[in-house]
This record gives sequence, structure tokens and C-alpha cells, in this order.
Amino acid sequence: MLTLVLAHAVAAVAVPWALGRHRRAMGCAAAVLPAATAAWAVSRAGGGDVTSSLEWAPDLGLAVDFRLDALAVVMLVLVGGVGAVVLCYSAWYFERPERLLTGTLIAFAGAMTGLVLADNLLVLYVFWELTTVSSFILIGAARPDRAADRRAAVEALLTTTAFGLVMLAGFVLVGQSAGTYRISALLADPPGGGAARAGAVLVLLGAFAKSAQVPLHGWLPAAMVAPTPVSAYLHAAAMVKAGVYLVARLAPAFAGDGVWRPMTVAAGLVSLLVGGVIALRQDDLKRLLAYGTVSQLGLLMLLLGDGTRTAALAGAALLLAHGLFKAPLFLAVGVVEHETGTRRADRLSGTGRRLPVLAAAGTAAVASMVGLPPFLGFVAKEAAVKAFAHGGLDAAVLAGVVAGSALTVAYGLRFLHGAFGGAADEAADGGRASEPWGLVVPVAVLAAAGFALGAYPAPVQSLVGPYAAALGPDTGFDLTLWHGFGLPIALSLVALAAGAAVYGAVGRTFPARAVRWRVPDAQRAYDGAVESVLAGAHAVTRRVQIGSLPVYLGVIGGMVLLLPGTALVMALARGDGTAASAGELRGWDEPAQLVLSLVVAGCALAALRSRRRLSSALLLAGVGYGTGGLFVVQGAPDLALTLLVVETLSLIMLVLVLRRLPDRFPPRRRGVPGRIATAATSLALGGFVAAFLLVAALSRTTSPVGPRYARLAAEEGGKNVVNVILDDLRALDTLGEIAVLAVAAIGVVGLVMAGPPPPPDGAAAGSPAKERWLAAPGRPPLAGSSVVLEATARLLGPTILLFSIYLLVAGHGRPGGGFVGGLVAGMAFVLRYLPGGRRELATALPGRPSVLVGGGLALAVAAGASGWASGGAFLHPETLRVSAPWIGDVKASTSLLFDLGVYLLVLGLVATILTTLGAALEEPDAAGTEEWP
Amino acid sequence: MSGPALVLVAVVAVLFAAGFELLMQRSLIRVVVGFMLLGHGANLLLLIAGGAAGAPPLLGGPHRGRRMADPLPQAMALTAIVITFGVTAFLLALAYRSQLLLGEDEVQDDIEDRRVRAERRRRDELRAEDADPVEEGEAEGGGG
Repeated sequence: MLTLVLAHAVAAVAVPWALGRHRRAMGCAAAVLPAATAAWAVSRAGGGDVTSSLEWAPDLGLAVDFRLDALAVVMLVLVGGVGAVVLCYSAWYFERPERLLTGTLIAFAGAMTGLVLADNLLVLYVFWELTTVSSFILIGAARPDRAADRRAAVEALLTTTAFGLVMLAGFVLVGQSAGTYRISALLADPPGGGAARAGAVLVLLGAFAKSAQVPLHGWLPAAMVAPTPVSAYLHAAAMVKAGVYLVARLAPAFAGDGVWRPMTVAAGLVSLLVGGVIALRQDDLKRLLAYGTVSQLGLLMLLLGDGTRTAALAGAALLLAHGLFKAPLFLAVGVVEHETGTRRADRLSGTGRRLPVLAAAGTAAVASMVGLPPFLGFVAKEAAVKAFAHGGLDAAVLAGVVAGSALTVAYGLRFLHGAFGGAADEAADGGRASEPWGLVVPVAVLAAAGFALGAYPAPVQSLVGPYAAALGPDTGFDLTLWHGFGLPIALSLVALAAGAAVYGAVGRTFPARAVRWRVPDAQRAYDGAVESVLAGAHAVTRRVQIGSLPVYLGVIGGMVLLLPGTALVMALARGDGTAASAGELRGWDEPAQLVLSLVVAGCALAALRSRRRLSSALLLAGVGYGTGGLFVVQGAPDLALTLLVVETLSLIMLVLVLRRLPDRFPPRRRGVPGRIATAATSLALGGFVAAFLLVAALSRTTSPVGPRYARLAAEEGGKNVVNVILDDLRALDTLGEIAVLAVAAIGVVGLVMAGPPPPPDGAAAGSPAKERWLAAPGRPPLAGSSVVLEATARLLGPTILLFSIYLLVAGHGRPGGGFVGGLVAGMAFVLRYLPGGRRELATALPGRPSVLVGGGLALAVAAGASGWASGGAFLHPETLRVSAPWIGDVKASTSLLFDLGVYLLVLGLVATILTTLGAALEEPDAAGTEEWP
Repeated sequence: MSGPALVLVAVVAVLFAAGFELLMQRSLIRVVVGFMLLGHGANLLLLIAGGAAGAPPLLGGPHRGRRMADPLPQAMALTAIVITFGVTAFLLALAYRSQLLLGEDEVQDDIEDRRVRAERRRRDELRAEDADPVEEGEAEGGGG
């Protein structure tokens, strides 16, 4: 059975692809699979259940279960049989090949097949939503340019998906309280209790929306904008039946309990009557049929939700009958519209005379719909009447069913009159047209099936009997054409007579008379619901997301002050904790700290007041160098070294960017209250951080873990503990951090290089070499050329590079390491760039920055992976000892390789910044992409 | 255990306050400067939370009788410095891009959000358009 569903999926893609040029061949080929499905189902009918199961996620109890039982056979005959006929019809209906529609129709048939066969609530839900999605495409795809089509498609999608989610919640409630999601197990042992009952109610809501029960029916008439084959298949035969199918499927478990039966009866009766009344007032023939479908689905809901044997028999028979009369009626409207260009009854006249075969087939279908013998509809309605002919409360239901039948008769007559009635307009097209046989034959086939199965209902009985038999003891009532004189036949006659009378009274006029009063209709309810959801979303967004970055930051800062800040103040006020150790506080550890702190704080405050961009950049560098000095005093030479290089590079980077920006900052526009609020928040935040720092440091109860790393580092043979932590003990952190750097490099390139493609080469050629100091001097980026700087660059560049390699190698034992080594190497290229411009940079760089960044990252990962090779963990260092002549024993650790990766990546980052923020921003061709592909 | 030196705590407070103040400004370069000040403050905070000044964490190095400083915060701060550098480069690229596209390096209010604020008016107009008859047969038949 999984194969069958998959075959539909394959055919949905393959058939339109292979036969897309030949619309008729495509339509007929598409019909093969649904027809085969129906034939397979019939061949299996009467035998035992067929099951198949695919374990999907056994640990979660998820399995794709399929089961073919009696009810599934009935549905497959309907889905496959009508589907095949409709697909053949579509081959003649569409003027040009509709690949998307044909493929989606096959996919829909497959989803429907899966839905019917599913023996697991969650699998059923998946197929349920697949039918919803394909219906969205089918409704909207034919004329996506029309607003009405798009709205109808969205409405169908939203309504059925929203209630599908409700249904899913119900499935979960039912499944959890039963302990299984397998439907056959649920039916064998129905769960009780409040949760299961609530779940059943939610499932019913989903089924009501799918089967367009009042008041959730608004999407069905709106969906009539879809092409006729889609309407005939989805909105008569298949998709709307999914809801009543689910009710029929679960009725044996839940009908006897709680509110199941009252809900299905109430929804069914209301839909039956309201749908019939509205149908009686329609001029658009398709909308008339759509409301008729709402009405008929109400009857089906009523019958199949009842859970008794006779009602189930009647419901299953009507399920088939409805497919066999409503689908041809839709198809007939399609033919009429195809031939005359309109489907509005008040503009049609004499169609019946021009297309007599179609009119006959349509009349036969209507006869089945209104329940005339010997059609299948009659057989089903007899059984329906019989099911409720017990007196008591059922009498009210019975009265409703008869009233509904009368309305069916009335709108059936209105349909016939509207579609085929009236004198032929001889002047219009000169009498009888030849009937479009490709379109008429499918109508006739379906209508004839309704006639044949009514006259000889034994096959229907054998199809639906097994399902009904499971619901109760055999009462001796079977589907037959003639039960003898009795209550059912009498009520049928009453319904026919009353229906004819109603038709005569109100149903004959075209266009329908204006209504004096309106009930609130479902379309407006839907519009209102959508409108209010959108309005709510906008209201929330307007208030919460105001789009101002300072305000967002202020909120973040405010929250920091409000939550942890208040807690801190409260705790301090209570005197918790730190008072005892307050005596350990001292002004400074070393006198140098005092001087450096003054420098840092002074520069930071001056940067706050600065009005020029360049001076704030310089003050920032002052802060950085001062902080570096503090690091030295604190006993962190690695940090200080790194920070000093970073500060230098940052300053150069800032200056490179500031070339393109105005000298002064724009004036601050914020008002006085805003400034005060900002300043207050900032001051409070600074105070909070200081208080937090003091409290945290004084509250320490356990000894720091840091010194333990010193012991580990000694075991690893390294002397520089910080470097060993970075490359070895906590190398995974470092790997993550260099990955962040690589991403930042990519981001910089993306931001600077995005834009129009650069002009062809030539502009980049630059001026010829004019000085012997540099390899390829171009225009310096910042000022005129300087011989001193050029000479310095030439002389110092290699020295700096060599020093960076020393830093890299020495990192294990002395201050240094990959980060600072890479930064220092970057400095060498900065020194070449500043006097020589981008041409010099291009000559000096050993490779593309992108290669350096990616290669560095790859090398670091490879060094980590080498730990696996030696049987250890990822990033576990391996020490290699090589004895070389003259040099002696050389000891190399893979952590040096890792550090080399860091070195290359950092060098690549610096090179990236130089080539983008530096070289690419150089005038005149700011968007040059010499270095990056 | 000895706590941090007060003068360093004061420096951290100044760096955080100044950094946040600049971060709240609209000029992107000010934001970058504020971001870097915050970065310095955070690194310093990490470091002095690890304890008082001490000898460099080099095994076998000249300790001159002092206790070795805690190496772990130093390792954290070191990567933080380099990452701040990378992110600063990214922010500067953003500032450049803003200058290129908008002609100024100011942080603007988000255009999308501003449009959402003006949305109510626009939707009212849309609804007026939708109310126009779209197609024949659109008038809903009421019930009786």
C-alpha cells in the first residue's frame, strides 16, 4: 500500500513531465493510476483486512501503518473511480495542457488514497494536510492573476489548516489517553475519560471544517472559482468527504459516548437545512451545487456519525451515491460553461435543447440526488429514513431529514430549470450544436453508474455491508430498491411533493428574488476573523517593534538594571555576604595601575565628548594601549601583546574607513530628556557592573580552577599556560572562536564587495613602478608617498614576518602563540600596504585572503582530527619526535599545527580587512575586486 | 583571597558607562567606538575577576617571589580580544555600507517597522479596493 501511495507521487511528477505536450494523452494517462486503485480495492473487497507497516521511528512509537478494510474500500472506489473519470474529463476540458493542475490532481488522489488507508492517527493527519495543500494549489493555480481565486485558495487553506491543527490536538489527546495512535487498536479498545472525550470533540471540529459544515462552510462556495474538474473531484467526490470519512472511521469508538452524537446530529441537521435553503437562492449554478454539497454533507455527517448499523449502511451508500450524482452535475455545469461561456442560470436558455444527451445525463443525476427510484440516491435515502424511524428523539431528526430532502428536491428542480430549461435561442447559434463528446461521456458514465447501482444495488450492499455489520447486530435490513409500502416510501413521497411545492413557491425565478433579511453569512465571519487576527498582529508589532535601535538597547540595559540590578541592591541592603571580606579591598596593587587607569578613564571620557571621528578613533587607541599596560601590570603578557597589536590594527582599520566618512560627527538630534535618560542608564549600568564585580570577587568561596591548568600544562610539556589552554586543554573553544572570525571575514567581504561588478581590468593597473624600494608601488591609500616609509616597509617587512613565526613557535613556552603571531604577520602586510597601496599589497600577499582564512580553519580542524587517527579524542594532541641529523631530537606536537591554523586564519582576517576596507575602498574605483573572486 | 584593586573596578565602571552611552548614539562610528570600549571593559572585568595582579603564568619563569596570576581568565580574554577585533571589522564594514547606500553612517529607524506603524492606513485603502466588485456572481446569497 505504501507502494501505491508512492506510485501516485511518482506519477504526479512523471506524467506531466513526460506527456506535457499532449493534453489528452496526459489526462488519460493520469487517470490510469486512480482507476487501478479503485479496481484493486474492489478486488480486495469482501476479503479480510490487508495491512502493511513501515517502522519509521520505533523509539518514538512512530510507524507508517496502512490497513485496507471495508470502509477504506468504499472510499477508494469513490476516490479512484470518480478521480479517473474526472481526469479523463479534464483532458478534454482544458484548452491547453495544464501540467501543474494535472500533476496536482494525481498528487491529490494519492494523498486521498493515503488518508483512507492510514491506520495511524498521525499518518492520517499528514495525508489530511497534504490534501489541504494540494487543494490550495488546485483552487488557486488555474488563474493566479485573479484576486478572487487567490482569496478563495487562501481561505480554503486557512480554514482547513486551522481546524486541522485543532484536530491534531484532538488526535494527541485521544492517542495519549489510549496509549496508541493505531486506529484499529483504538477502535478495538476505545479510550474513555475526559481527555479522550475532549479529544474527540476537537477531532470533530476538524472534520466539520473539512466537510464544510455550517458555520465553517464559507470556504466551499468561495472555492467554486476553481476549474470545473477540480470542483467536481475535490468539492463533490473526494476532499470534502475526508471529514465525513473520519467521522465514519471513529464513530464506532466514540458514538456511544459523550457529546459525539449530539454534535454530529446538530451540525449535520443545521448544514442539511441551511445549505439547502441557501442553494435555493443561487443563480450561479456552481455555487448552487456547492451549497447543495454543504447540505448533502450535513446528511452524511448525520448518518455516519450516528454509529448505528442502519444509519451507517445508509451513510456509506449515500457516500457513493453523492459522488456519483454530484460529480456529474459539476461536470455538466463545466460543459455548459464550456459551450456557452457562462454558468449563471439567469443568462442561460435552451441549453437542454442544444445538448440533449448532456441534459439527459444531468437529469438522471438530479433524479438520483432528489431520491427518485430507481436511482442509487433513492436506495440510500430509503435507508436513511429507516435509520431514524424509531420515534422518540429520532422523530425530530427524521423530520429534519425529510425537510432536507424536500429542499434537495426544490434546489434540484431549480438546477435543472436553470441549466437546461428555457426555449432554445435559435437566433444565437442556429439550433443544435454537436455535443462535445469528450466532455459529455464522463458525465453520462457517472450518471449511468448511479442508475445502474440503484436498479441493482447488490454490489453496493456487498461493498458497504461489512462496514455497517461491525456496528451492530444484523437487523435484516439491506439496501434494496424496493422495501414494500411503509413509512420510508410514504415520507419520500411527502418530500417530493413538498419539494415541488417549495420550488414552485420560491425557487423558480431567475435571478433569485432579493432577500429581505440576511443571516450573518460565513464569508463575512471568515473575513472578520482574518481581519481581527491581522489587526491584532499589527497592534502588537506597532507597540513592541518600534524600529529604533537606541530604544531597543535602552530596554536591554533597563532590564539588566531592573532584574539582576535590583536583586543585587536588595541583597546588599540586607547585608548578605560580602561585608566580612570588605577589609581585603585596596586601592591598587601597583602604583603603575593608578597612572594607567587615569589614562584609560580619561581617554574613554574624552572619546565620549569628541565631535570628530578621527579624534575619537585616536582616543580609542589610547584606551586600548592603556588597557594593554594594565594587562602587563596584572601579569598577563600574552594579553598585553595581543591587545597592543590589535589596537594598532584597529586604529589603521578605523582610519581606512574614516577616509570615506565626513570629518565630524553629525549633530546629536536627541532632546534633553532623551539625553538625560541615556546618560542615567549608562551611569547606572557602569555602577551596576562595578558593584557586581566587587560582590562577585569578594563572594568567592572555592579556590579558582586556573592554577590547576598550570599543572596540566606542565604535564603536556608547555610552559606558557595561557597558550597551552588555548591550543590544547580548551582547544575546542578556540576552534569555535576562530570559526567566528572566519564568519566575520566573510561578512566583511560580503558587505564591502557587494554591489555592481567591477569595471574590467585596466583601471587596476595603476602607475608603473617608480621607486626601487617597493616591488610594485601604487598610489598610497592615505597620503603622498614617503621614501622613509617605503624603505622601512621593505626592510622591516621580512623581519616582522620572521618575528611572527618566532611568536608562533615559541608560544608553547614563552609569550606568543597563533593569535598574536597571526596579528603580527598581518602588521607586516599593513606596513607594505600603507606606502604602496593595493598593488603593492597584491604583490606582497602570499595568497588570496579567502584561501588563508579557509585554509587556516581547515588546518585547525585537520589537526584536531589527527587526534582520531591516533585513537584518541578530537583535538587530542599527539607529540611527534623526529631525530634529525645535526639538529638532534625535534619534538613537535599536533597542537602546533592547530596553532598554525589559528595563525593563518588570523593573518587571513587581517588580509581580508586590508583588501576590502583598505584596497577596495580606494578611489577612484571603490568596488574593485582584485583579491577576491 | 584578595579582592580586586578598587582603581581597576573604577576603570571598568567608566568603560562600561562610556561604552553604553556611545552605543546608544545614532552614528555608527560612535557605536563602533562604544562597542570597543565595552570590549575593553569586559576583558578587564574578566581579568580582574580572576584575582589580584601576579606573576605571568609562565612555568619556570622569573616569579620574583610573587604568586602566579590565574591563567584561565587570560585565555578567555585573549580570544575575546581577537573576536572583538573581528566583529569591529564587521561593524566598520556595515558603517561603510551604510555610508555607501544612505549617504550617512547613521543608524536609521527600521524602515519595515516604520511601515508597520503606518500600516493601518494602507490596509484601509486596500480594503476599499477589495470592496469593489471583482467578478460577476460575487454577491453572497443570504439565507432565509
